[in-house]
Amino acid sequence: MPWTKVFLNNKELDNDGVNKGLRSISYKEALKEAHNLMMDKDERVFIMGEGVDDPGGVFGSTVGLCDKFGRDRVMDIPLAENGMTGVAIGAAIAGMKPIFVHMRMDFLPMCMDQIINHAAKWYYMSGGRVNVNIVIRSIIGRGWGSAAQHSQAIHGLFVHIPGLKVVMPATPYDAKGLLISALEDGNPVMFVEHRWLYDSIGYVPNDIYTVPIGKGVVRRQGKDVTVVAISHMIYEAMLAAKELQNEGVDVEIIDPRSIKPLDEGLIFESIRKTGRLVIADVGGKMVGVGAEIASRVYEDMYGFLKGPVRRIGLPDVPTPCSSVLEKAYYPDYKDIVNSIKTLLS
Amino acid sequence: MKILENLFHIIYYGKSCDLNSENMEIEEIMKADKAIILELLRKMLLIRRFEEKIIDVYSVQDMKTPVHLYIGQEAIACGVCVHLKNDDYVFSTHRSHGHCLAKGTPPSILYAEFYGRKSGCAKGKGGSMHLVDTERGIWGTTAIVGGGIPLGIGTALASKMKRDNKVTVVFFGDGAADEGTLQESLNFVSLKKLPVIFVCENNFYATNSHLRARRATDDIIRQAQACSINSLQVNGNNVMDVYNAAKNAVDMARDSGEASFIECKTYRWMEHVGPNYDYIKGCRPQSELDEWIKNCPIEHHKDFTKSMGIITEDDFVDMINIIDAEIETAIAFAKESAFPDTKELFEDVLFNNI
Ligand SMILES: Cc1ncc(C[n+]2csc(CCOP(=O)(O)OP(=O)(O)O)c2C)c(N)n1
Repeated sequence: MPWTKVFLNNKELDNDGVNKGLRSISYKEALKEAHNLMMDKDERVFIMGEGVDDPGGVFGSTVGLCDKFGRDRVMDIPLAENGMTGVAIGAAIAGMKPIFVHMRMDFLPMCMDQIINHAAKWYYMSGGRVNVNIVIRSIIGRGWGSAAQHSQAIHGLFVHIPGLKVVMPATPYDAKGLLISALEDGNPVMFVEHRWLYDSIGYVPNDIYTVPIGKGVVRRQGKDVTVVAISHMIYEAMLAAKELQNEGVDVEIIDPRSIKPLDEGLIFESIRKTGRLVIADVGGKMVGVGAEIASRVYEDMYGFLKGPVRRIGLPDVPTPCSSVLEKAYYPDYKDIVNSIKTLLS
Repeated sequence: MKILENLFHIIYYGKSCDLNSENMEIEEIMKADKAIILELLRKMLLIRRFEEKIIDVYSVQDMKTPVHLYIGQEAIACGVCVHLKNDDYVFSTHRSHGHCLAKGTPPSILYAEFYGRKSGCAKGKGGSMHLVDTERGIWGTTAIVGGGIPLGIGTALASKMKRDNKVTVVFFGDGAADEGTLQESLNFVSLKKLPVIFVCENNFYATNSHLRARRATDDIIRQAQACSINSLQVNGNNVMDVYNAAKNAVDMARDSGEASFIECKTYRWMEHVGPNYDYIKGCRPQSELDEWIKNCPIEHHKDFTKSMGIITEDDFVDMINIIDAEIETAIAFAKESAFPDTKELFEDVLFNNI
């Protein structure tokens, strides 16, 4: 399938002879296209967020949209995250389909009350009478000393909350397809992006299509070990697999794409084959997504495991500024390689 | 040069070195005033040159921290902080270089922080957005817009409870005024009567979003008026205006524990974050920037200082040279400093590392 392919760089894409002629675009372009198509199709869709109409256009993902749709539908807002989230939820209650955008995931803590106490529970509290069809986009930052308040990956917090869905697309194809699905879902969907994915490229169809929320995908077939990698860690996992291939280790890589609901069936199936699991997340290990996946695997797949489940993620430390500390802070493909080697030894 | 020397003498040694005057008292007072006028100029220039140095070095790409430059707004930090005692509290924002320098933080530990060194004010953990200098009343800096405002209300509350006679200044932008934290803080302050000075630096933009896209009026001061807090709007590019407004506000906070709100109209010259102009990217009209550059707070105050006969153009050049030398030393200190050891990543997470 061309759509599920991951390309580490432009060269890999150029060398992909089989699919010549298919259109390839970047992650940010795919996002923009999804907004564009859905706003064309459905008048209820609108974007709100700080700076969504500015020349940079949320790192390129909303660029030019306000010229086309006007500032009523591509709405810059006051810096009042919690209140504005409530406004978006209210609009959704009244039948609109807002996309609320945060340039950094770190601004979500400002909106916790409206997201957790309101959006997530409205449907349940109303006995299933009132749903909240809202998409909340946020971008995980990284590097250049972004430090403790501009590079948090706190998707795990939202996974903990019943009533929310959480998706983390890693490729341009999934970014577009999942955004469209999220808009049609009817539930509050936390749509979590990663700044380092914005220039990644891949094949993307021109038209509207959906990627089902809750369905993962096998990025690479292998028989020796399963790596479940999330968001940007997919690319690190691909690098690790390449390196290990030379040493005769065959890595299977699974991208859950959506971490709530989680496609545990796909993960379990892979473990039946490999008996080994490494989970690589862009967030913290402590009570993180890796911990959740690992415990589900222990509960249901214990008999198939040939060794302990291993997790890769951020240490339980805020993000430092200094480049030398940043380097020590973020795991990369080498950590995945080492983890797999330990598991195999 | 004579006057300049003498005024420096007054600033640094607390007394005049010219003792020949007949009417000592008036002479002293005038000199003290002149010394303040001169000190304001020197501080503004220090901030300007400090940041122009960042612009110089940034393209080398070894200062790996996002920089939010204060150029164009220097009069505000200087006009306010000159009234503060060393241990009075100051809370600032992502754009805090100027506030720290105005409060007396040495440039060296700021640059070292920007270069991610262990000798930096936050040991390389925080970077340019999280400056700290507890010796001079800066107990941490947040880059979450509006986040620092209630913290400053909290220190003012503590001052009242402890009766320590300190005052707190909270600096924030027009963007932060959108946040609920401001309104919530204003209400609490008016309820409790706390020794705090709100200083809103209204530069009309929050990143690239104009004030008019975010509120129906240009005047943020109305929020404070609605809470019956003593409030005042000043030209934030005129350091003497800021100075006078802040003097009353600080005196009131210190003497009677009353809060004030000062809205300073000003303009940020450079892009929201980074070392470049942003009109090139179409963020704002160049003509707007040009108007504000004509209204440069430093040029304005320099002209005033000259017209008062306090300095000559030569004195001014000397002043810049002295400052530049200080900045070179500070940059050299930063670059020669060691990086933190990677094991320090795990330190300072919890108090006492428990
Ligand atoms: C809660 C929150 N929302 C958004 C941001 C992103 N952001 C950083 S600075 C800024 C603009 C702040 O404008 P203002 O308060 O006027 O300060 P200025 O930058 O003009 O000094 C924004 C939106 C943030 N850091 N925190």
